[in-house]
Amino acid sequence: MAKHKTPLLDQLESGPWPSFVSDIKQEADARAKNEQGLDYQIPVDCPDDLLGVLEMSYTDGETHWKHGGIVGVFGYGGGVIGRYCDQPQMFPGVAHFHTVRVAQPNGKWYNTELLRNLVKIWDLRGSGLTNMHGATGDIVFLGTTTPQLEEIFWELTHDLEIDLGGSGSNLRTPATCLGMSRCEYACYDSQELCYNLTQEYQDELHRPAFPYKFKFKFDGCPNGCVAAIARSDLSFIGTWKDEIKINQEVVAAYVGGEIAPNAGAHAGRDWGAFDIQKEVVDLCPSKCISYDGKLTIDNKECVRCMHCINTMPRALKIGDERGCSILCGAKAPILDGPQMGSLLVPFIEVNKDDDYQAIKDIVENIWDWWMEEGKNRERIGETMKRLGMAALIDAAGVPVDARQVQEPRHNPYIFWKAEDVEGGWERDINDFRKRHQR
Amino acid sequence: MAFISSGYNPDKPMEGRVSDIGPRHFGEYLPPVIKENFGKWDYHEIIEPGILLHVALSGDKTYTVRAGTARLMSVTHIREICDIADKFSGGYVRFTTRNNLEFQVETEEAAKELKAFLNDQKFPGGAYKFPVGGTGAGVTNIVHTQGWVHCHTPATDASGTVKATMDVVFDDFTDMKLPAPVRISMACCLNMCGAVHCSDIAILGIHRKPPLIDHKFLDNLCEIPLAVAACPTGAVRPSKVELDGETYKTVAIKEERCMFCGNCYTMCPSLPLSDGEGDGIAIMVGGKISNRITKPAFSKVVVPFVPNEPPRWPTLTKTIKKILDTYAKDANKYERLGDWANRIGWERFFEKCDLPFSEHLIDDFRDPAYYTWRQTTQFKW
Repeated sequence: MAKHKTPLLDQLESGPWPSFVSDIKQEADARAKNEQGLDYQIPVDCPDDLLGVLEMSYTDGETHWKHGGIVGVFGYGGGVIGRYCDQPQMFPGVAHFHTVRVAQPNGKWYNTELLRNLVKIWDLRGSGLTNMHGATGDIVFLGTTTPQLEEIFWELTHDLEIDLGGSGSNLRTPATCLGMSRCEYACYDSQELCYNLTQEYQDELHRPAFPYKFKFKFDGCPNGCVAAIARSDLSFIGTWKDEIKINQEVVAAYVGGEIAPNAGAHAGRDWGAFDIQKEVVDLCPSKCISYDGKLTIDNKECVRCMHCINTMPRALKIGDERGCSILCGAKAPILDGPQMGSLLVPFIEVNKDDDYQAIKDIVENIWDWWMEEGKNRERIGETMKRLGMAALIDAAGVPVDARQVQEPRHNPYIFWKAEDVEGGWERDINDFRKRHQR
Repeated sequence: MAFISSGYNPDKPMEGRVSDIGPRHFGEYLPPVIKENFGKWDYHEIIEPGILLHVALSGDKTYTVRAGTARLMSVTHIREICDIADKFSGGYVRFTTRNNLEFQVETEEAAKELKAFLNDQKFPGGAYKFPVGGTGAGVTNIVHTQGWVHCHTPATDASGTVKATMDVVFDDFTDMKLPAPVRISMACCLNMCGAVHCSDIAILGIHRKPPLIDHKFLDNLCEIPLAVAACPTGAVRPSKVELDGETYKTVAIKEERCMFCGNCYTMCPSLPLSDGEGDGIAIMVGGKISNRITKPAFSKVVVPFVPNEPPRWPTLTKTIKKILDTYAKDANKYERLGDWANRIGWERFFEKCDLPFSEHLIDDFRDPAYYTWRQTTQFKW
């Protein structure tokens, strides 16, 4: 029997898409029955009260969660987000309802043993509700009370050997596509690089020392399945330098209709026979492909957009000289409007043998600069906008390259430095006056 | 309730403490066929909606069955997922970036059997638990934020708007009949935890009223200089007010400068701006993340405001459906929604989608606004 009447939410139980309302109700019932005989460590009826407070928001059109509050585990500055209901008398089960961010395995692969162990902790010590996963990539445990935080952390680290994720002005939990584990396009081992940098920067992840949040995201190829280019302060996007490999026989099989284009992605509609001229050659953004019974790619002109490869994945393969591009400064609109990552390093080898030192050097150079120059709550994208791309390039210690810009500057207001100019800036006014009367 | 200790001793917090160990290594959780062929994949195909085939250079094959979820999920639900993984996929399961589930199986028959099984699982209210789809030229799961379920700054609900929207576009989740993939994303305020600013279609919660000022409490709860500095338009300044014969240090707000971003509230809980009538949703379209054919692009606001209409947000979902259907009918194969709008021209986009154009859609925020105005006589009637 439901604790609160939820006539508005109940309407979200119909329709085909999975209903979070049905699921929360299912959890409320499961906790009420308590077939496992658990001694629940937070109010048993918190899923009921969550539905109650949500129904109230559906009636009012306003949230009923209070502003933050500082909670966390000893020695960490992030990983837990304090949350309190603003109607605690009506909904005591969720009066205190903090979120715990838990570090996910990269690529979000699980076995059921790990999942069952995770939910066991959350059944006993939390609301039994989660997000799988939060937008940044963490496992999100949704709703617990302050006395449980150290207990949860203890069980995660001791029993499951898993840490908390990031929150606050620190390195946020890095996220990656599934990369080489199941994708033929992966230009580097995005999961291993993500794992390595995550481990290397645990201190930055747990103890806020930055002006604001900082996100790493790793895309194995320019298709960008984790959206690194749009939402990470540093994006590592796989690419290659040499030639796309072509199997002409398989190209012919695509042309002959034996293999569906684009891996069958358009199968839901009759688009007519595959037309290689129209669907590949004409759509190439750098017009470097031609077809006359044989497919030719002028690789020097290729911008590696992935379209031809995506369209004929069995015939065309990424090149062998692989690495990644590093882009800097992406963010959502707050505060200064949205920013896309800007290309900082066109190509860098992703080298596990030296523990990715070349990449770590760039990361640390950038952080040093941003911690020195960044204002409170200023994302690095805003710092680089304020101080200039050239300043970022200089700070990162990477070479200047025409690839870093879309086009050269429109104005000649160049910030020359004294050392750029013959004779420097030190001049003698008396010497000047010898040539020019007052 | 008796308190159950995990072993943690509050009197000696450092005793036996383990910290900074990071995540478990992903290698522990790869299904055998994935582990054996790591970095050695040859190609993939979509066998039918929701079923992918990956073929390794070794000739090994693995079939992936992909299913949508509500993202917000209970431990009971996760245990059901575990039961399915134990029964069908060797105890392994993966979550995608867009909150889908993926199970690896060995044969096409097993994949189809699993698809049928997943599609048979329903909640008592009738909704699917694990609808199979989300592949290829269709709509996949909506990434979203917390909304009224758990967040302190939302202008709308997230789970509810997503459920209502996915119900309306469900056919495009289970089929692949669009010109290109369409990524719908949802963020419940301008903080954009969901980073919807590069999505084909974005649902974005917005506020429309300047913050209230809780004068009597503000100085106790907030650092006034931080609240002042937080405002990107300089609308907040330090001030004093007399209330009931007492003088309080507080802030004043130049309302005409407020763009309702909520950043002041993030810094200062005494400046709430949520409002049942003021809050609602903006719809943005035409963003993308992929470098495929065209460059990554930002989403553009095409509907400045639709009211919150819980529980099913009919104006929102009707508008999204109309945009999606118009795009599906009009765009070329491989053409993303934004590329289609760029090709036909945005004036034509509004006409075809039957959307009004208002002054709210002309950018007036700082320099980036200039680059969105038209500096040519090349326009269409």
